[in-house]
Amino acid sequence: MVNGLNLLFQFLDSFAFIVLAAGGLAIIFGIMGVINLAHGEFIMVGAYATTLANIRLGLPLPAAMLVGVVVTALFGLLVERVVISGWLPNLVAQRTLGRNVIEPLYDRLADSMVATWGLSLIMVQGIRVTLGNSLDQIGTPLGKIAYSGFSYSTYRVLLAGVALAVLGFTYYVFTRTEYGMRARATIQDEDTARALGVDTERTYMTTFAFGSGLAGLTGALYAPTVTMVPGLGSSFLVEAFVAVVVGGPSVVLGTTLAGGLLGAINALFSNLVGTFFGRIALLVTAIVMIRFLPDGITGFVERLRERREEA
Amino acid sequence: MTAETGSGGPTADPTGLARLRDYVEGPNTVGNSKGFWIGFLVAVVALSAYPLAVGSYQASRFSLFLVYAFLGLSLSVVWGYAGVLSFGQVVFFGVAGYTFGVVSVNFATPAGITAAFAVGILGGAVMAFVLGYFMFYGGVRNVYVTIITLVSTLVLHTFMAQTAGDEWTIGQAALGGFNGMPTIPNLAFGVGGAAIMFDSVTFYYLVLGLLVATYLGLRVLVNSDYGRVMVAVREDEDRTRMFGYDVKRVKLAVFTLGGALAGLSGVLYASWGNYMSPGVFELTFASLPVIWVSVGGRKTLLGAVGATVGIEFFRNSLGGELAFIIVGALLLVFILGLPGGIVPWVHQTYLDMRDDGSAPDPPETAAEVSDP
Repeated sequence: MVNGLNLLFQFLDSFAFIVLAAGGLAIIFGIMGVINLAHGEFIMVGAYATTLANIRLGLPLPAAMLVGVVVTALFGLLVERVVISGWLPNLVAQRTLGRNVIEPLYDRLADSMVATWGLSLIMVQGIRVTLGNSLDQIGTPLGKIAYSGFSYSTYRVLLAGVALAVLGFTYYVFTRTEYGMRARATIQDEDTARALGVDTERTYMTTFAFGSGLAGLTGALYAPTVTMVPGLGSSFLVEAFVAVVVGGPSVVLGTTLAGGLLGAINALFSNLVGTFFGRIALLVTAIVMIRFLPDGITGFVERLRERREEA
Repeated sequence: MTAETGSGGPTADPTGLARLRDYVEGPNTVGNSKGFWIGFLVAVVALSAYPLAVGSYQASRFSLFLVYAFLGLSLSVVWGYAGVLSFGQVVFFGVAGYTFGVVSVNFATPAGITAAFAVGILGGAVMAFVLGYFMFYGGVRNVYVTIITLVSTLVLHTFMAQTAGDEWTIGQAALGGFNGMPTIPNLAFGVGGAAIMFDSVTFYYLVLGLLVATYLGLRVLVNSDYGRVMVAVREDEDRTRMFGYDVKRVKLAVFTLGGALAGLSGVLYASWGNYMSPGVFELTFASLPVIWVSVGGRKTLLGAVGATVGIEFFRNSLGGELAFIIVGALLLVFILGLPGGIVPWVHQTYLDMRDDGSAPDPPETAAEVSDP
């Protein structure tokens, strides 16, 4: 049954989900040229850390969420140093073999996809071995919005607000801070940035940690609403991936627009024909979008603007 | 290294065997020596003797790994030789398997199953052609091809998972949603009384025979002039276009061939387990071909076959919890430390050892790491 208010709530819900899931992935992809297929597993780390901090350590939920974010950011830092940049293995190899063994995965899209996919296999199975097949779940806080036979979780609607706040924060970081300027310089032209004294290596490291922190935040926020199983990351990965590709190179604007468009399509089709078709419609939209706008929505907007300037 | 000229030029002694070797040897394959072919024969004989040594149950188990080898080969051709990283080989694998299932359940006679075999492979090829046409003629390039194929896998997974219920029954074949499609018949070739049915040991020999034929056939292909064009597309797309080759058409043709090979794998898989389910479209399964081919060495057919059979045997024997951790670690180590894969590395080490570093013409270095 299509109902305006219901449709709106569903839209807000999917919008928040897509934006939050995609944020970290988009930043790492946009700045480092690394496709992190383990992004869903980073979200899982955030969710697990939050839940464990809440249940085992007895921390209140907001503090537990903070733990989730910090743990995931640190984990991301570790992954960057060991796998993505190969700094640690190369350090060891320098001492023992006298040469580097790993070339950084920066801007090696296909290789970074394959490597991080291996990482995600290890993480999923590692969690399964150490913590078992499921974990107790924190109850969803804040109750429900109920109206004439329908009800919607207040918490999930609230997440749309959080998603907007995250977008705002990211925008602030990348446009108003010293780090953001360096990061943008690194995207524009890595060699020139390095020549001008930007420590691009450190920018990459920070960026990966920042993106991981965002993934951790997503995991922390969704920890009370998802079933805590080791494979929970895969449901986030798909939407995130699709949103990044549909959004295109501009991180904040692209993610917002993609979240809006895909959220609307998902909400509409879910309401009209059912959840399965909502998801299929979302994926098919993505395929068609990539086919016609290979640079995503923002790439298209950019091209239109250039054409208008030329005219 | 007698026939170094490959298939391009005729050699001095056109005796039967030498001419045959000209077709299957060349710069695009590893293993162009007499020693290699002796080893190859030994391996084939050993594999043929395997069912006699271990019995029909183990042979049947092992034939699954051989079935997967076609899937590995399909990605090696598409990614390793033409430079198109497809995360969607399982799409063609699954579509072919389901097609085989639907047709063979409805026409469960030997003739019907023979037709289903052909229709299934055709299904995989057609699916690849359609998707490939959509992508390559639409100007989708590089990593975006990978993403589209990845998303296609997810679409099919979501779609097939909701096919429970009567409206998703084709003739007598129910697609069965998450539970999948049981009672797919065994493979059979022929008509009526003159038919051969394949189960456990006979199925093993069928798959082994097909695999050897496919491997040799692909060697002929990649060492032919067309194979050189494929490699040229992989190495530098724009320059190949400058030379007047239709890059889009080459990619589409190779992608379609890859679809047919993956389809063959899917058909064999469906008749091996008498079962298909949406599980074949899962991300984990979709990633396996990438793992096999990366570890073995994507630019060699031998690596694809060897790593597929090896990893699957290992994974299956190990079973349980640790299997995926080890497979994931393998993938990480090989992508980071040995981007070319095992087989090219072993080959290069062998050449270096034999010639003490003064090899005049190493066929192909494994240093190329950043394909799009």
